[in-house]
Amino acid sequence: MLKLEGVSAGYGDFQALFGASLDVQAGEAVAVIGPNGAGKTTLLRVISGIIPLREGHLSMEGRPLDRVPAHRIIETGIAHVPENRRLFPRLTVEENLKIGAYLPAARSRFAERLDFVYSLFPRMKERRNQLAGTMSGGEQQMCAIGRALMSGPKLLLMDEPSAGLAPVIVQQVFDLVRRIRSEGYTVLIVEQNIQQVLKVVDRAYLLEVGRIKLSGKSADLLASDEIRRAYIGL
Amino acid sequence: MDTIFDIYLLEAIVNGVLLGGVLGLLALGLNLVFGVIDVVWICYAELVMLGMYTVYFLHVVYGVPVLLACLGAVVVVGVLGALLHYLVIRPVLQSEPINQLLVTGGVLFFLQSFATLVFGIEFRNLGLKLPILNFGEMYFSYARVLAFLVALAGMVGLYLFLTRTFLGTAIRAIAQDREIMPLMGVDSRKLYLVTSGIGGGLAGLAACLLVLQYDVHPAIGLTFGPITFMICVLGGLGNMIGGFVAAFIISQFISIGGFFFHIEWGYVIAFAFFILTMFIRPQGLFGK
Ligand SMILES: Nc1ncnc2c1ncn2[C@@H]1O[C@H](COP(=O)(O)OP(=O)(O)O)[C@@H](O)[C@H]1O
Ligand SMILES: [Mg+2]
Repeated sequence: MLKLEGVSAGYGDFQALFGASLDVQAGEAVAVIGPNGAGKTTLLRVISGIIPLREGHLSMEGRPLDRVPAHRIIETGIAHVPENRRLFPRLTVEENLKIGAYLPAARSRFAERLDFVYSLFPRMKERRNQLAGTMSGGEQQMCAIGRALMSGPKLLLMDEPSAGLAPVIVQQVFDLVRRIRSEGYTVLIVEQNIQQVLKVVDRAYLLEVGRIKLSGKSADLLASDEIRRAYIGL
Repeated sequence: MDTIFDIYLLEAIVNGVLLGGVLGLLALGLNLVFGVIDVVWICYAELVMLGMYTVYFLHVVYGVPVLLACLGAVVVVGVLGALLHYLVIRPVLQSEPINQLLVTGGVLFFLQSFATLVFGIEFRNLGLKLPILNFGEMYFSYARVLAFLVALAGMVGLYLFLTRTFLGTAIRAIAQDREIMPLMGVDSRKLYLVTSGIGGGLAGLAACLLVLQYDVHPAIGLTFGPITFMICVLGGLGNMIGGFVAAFIISQFISIGGFFFHIEWGYVIAFAFFILTMFIRPQGLFGK
């Protein structure tokens, strides 16, 4: 579904990604794991077109994305739940969801998708008129995922959905990711919480200082000495 | 004696409210643009001036019915707002704020000189004879009442647009987090253009209301410009509700101050209040 080949990107003189290649098949859940500063967020930003691709190729369902402007990426079926959630704090929950359905194609199905998101997250329905910035971190994460689902995507990009949340809530967030998967969405998730995320996804890539170091099935990675020693601390 | 005094005071208060509506409308466009694009249109009042000329020429010179002429002015100034963004603001969007201020300041002088050259320095008015309304012992100008009602309708219309429509909600969202708007499928450049057009349209609407009460001349922007900026800053620049409330506060100072002393004193008191507020709350009454 999504294919990256030799993707490089950076900020000004600083290069953050060096020829990263990865692919995500329809129906799969794939994780990109790696320490802080590895370039995980940069990778998702390149896919969404927020920062330009410097080298390599990027395609979604065979369609090249290299020249698609950032605001049109979502039309190809890619929705991005950004790092730190980035809700509009002074808009209500429902208004945040409404922005998620900004695309003309999504507007016409707004009511239907709103019902779907509310059935997935009944808590959001209770809080529909609350300002998004006043909710707890876990609730904000639900709202951010809901907002991304409002566009009716095929592929969901998630940037560290568990970051900054209390341990109990982290558990709930990973349960959410499982629910999203079971709804049939393809997921590409970026995480530092490696042990947890590997239990949710099928495959994972290890990113270190802008390069893909390892990749494989989650179960294999969980068992691999390299990962266990460096990241799980066992 | 007592009752007469009270009635005149009441008349002053009501006139203050009427003035507040128009000032509130003036502040609205400027605040909208600043809140969304983060650029202050120093030349905002000059857009209003061009709107007043549009009504004047359409109605007086070309004989267009006054209502249609007003509609024309809203459209013309709306287009001017969008053009201002496209030609002047967009190229300096990534520059220092001071440069952005300077270019719109440049546009102010350009528009003033342009108006002087093209329209001349005469004071022109629509020559409409609008009646005086009286309630008991109180007298109000019909133009002011009309202006107040239209201003109120304009503000309610904008409020509904910003809260009820996808486009309006996106305009509020972009003011809170511009970076992630592309992730929502929003083209910020287009949204800025639309916002500038609406900001211009509001200036055009204000122009229609002002041209009912005041003569238009190339320097008329200097009459409303400073007070509009003062109101926006007092309310918290970019805060539309703040600007709205500040407009009513300032207009009461002007109206009641003018009632007890003299109209010029009304302005002095209003500005003194403004300066005092800036010492206490530099971010404005409703600013963050
Ligand atoms: N906006 C930016 N400007 C300059 N450098 C950045 C910016 N964002 C990230 N970086 C740098 O790029 C590298 C990768 O960052 P990032 O993709 O955010 O890593 P991760 O998400 O894996 O923690 C880091 O060294 C970081 O300092
Ligand atoms: Mg990151």
